[in-house]
Amino acid sequence: MQLAKVIGTVVATVKHESLTGVRLLLIQPHDHNGIPDGGPIVAADALQAGVGETVEWVTGREAALTLPVTFSPVDCGIVSIVDEYHGDDKAGGVR
Amino acid sequence: MILCRVVGNAISTVKHPCFEGKIVLIVQPVKPDCHTAKGRSFLACDSVSAGVGDLVLAAREGNTARQILGCDTDPHHAVVLAVVDTVNVGGESIQGPLA
Repeated sequence: MQLAKVIGTVVATVKHESLTGVRLLLIQPHDHNGIPDGGPIVAADALQAGVGETVEWVTGREAALTLPVTFSPVDCGIVSIVDEYHGDDKAGGVR
Repeated sequence: MILCRVVGNAISTVKHPCFEGKIVLIVQPVKPDCHTAKGRSFLACDSVSAGVGDLVLAAREGNTARQILGCDTDPHHAVVLAVVDTVNVGGESIQGPLA
C-alpha cells in the first residue's frame, strides 16, 4: 500500500466489460514527506474519491479485490480515502 | 520481508470494509544499519501493535498480508508482522528500539 494524490480522472468508453461502472483515477504516488515516487498511474476506484484527495492504493491481485467484480483486469486499486497522515523521520529514527 | 522503521500512521474514514479497526502505519525501509533510509516509504497494516520508532519487519505481498490480516477476498497488500529486537551484521549487534 502507498499514499497518492488524486490528480485527475480517466474516462474510457470501450473497455473490458468487468470495468463497466468503475471509476478510473489518475493518481500520483508519493511518500510521507510528499515527495513523488515515480510517475502518475491510473487506478480503479470503488470509493468515489475526488480530485485533490489523498488516497491509499494497492497493486497486484489485491487491486481487483477492491472492486465489486473481483475477477477484473485491474492492477491498481484505491482502498481508502485518507483523512490525515503523520510521518516524521526524526521521530522514527531514520537518517 | 523488509527491515523498516515506523515513521508515522495514516487515518481514513472512507475505506474498504476490511480495513475497519485496522491501524495503517507508514514504514520507511532502512539499510542494515537500521537508521539510514533506503527507498521510499510505504503503508502497511499493523498486526503486532508496533509504534513510531520501532524497527519492524514488513511484508509487501498480498498473500502474506491476507493470511495474517483477513480472508482470501480482502485487498490487503502489506503487513507489519514483527517488531525487531536486534540485528546482527558482520559481528556487530544493532538494537532495534531507539536509544
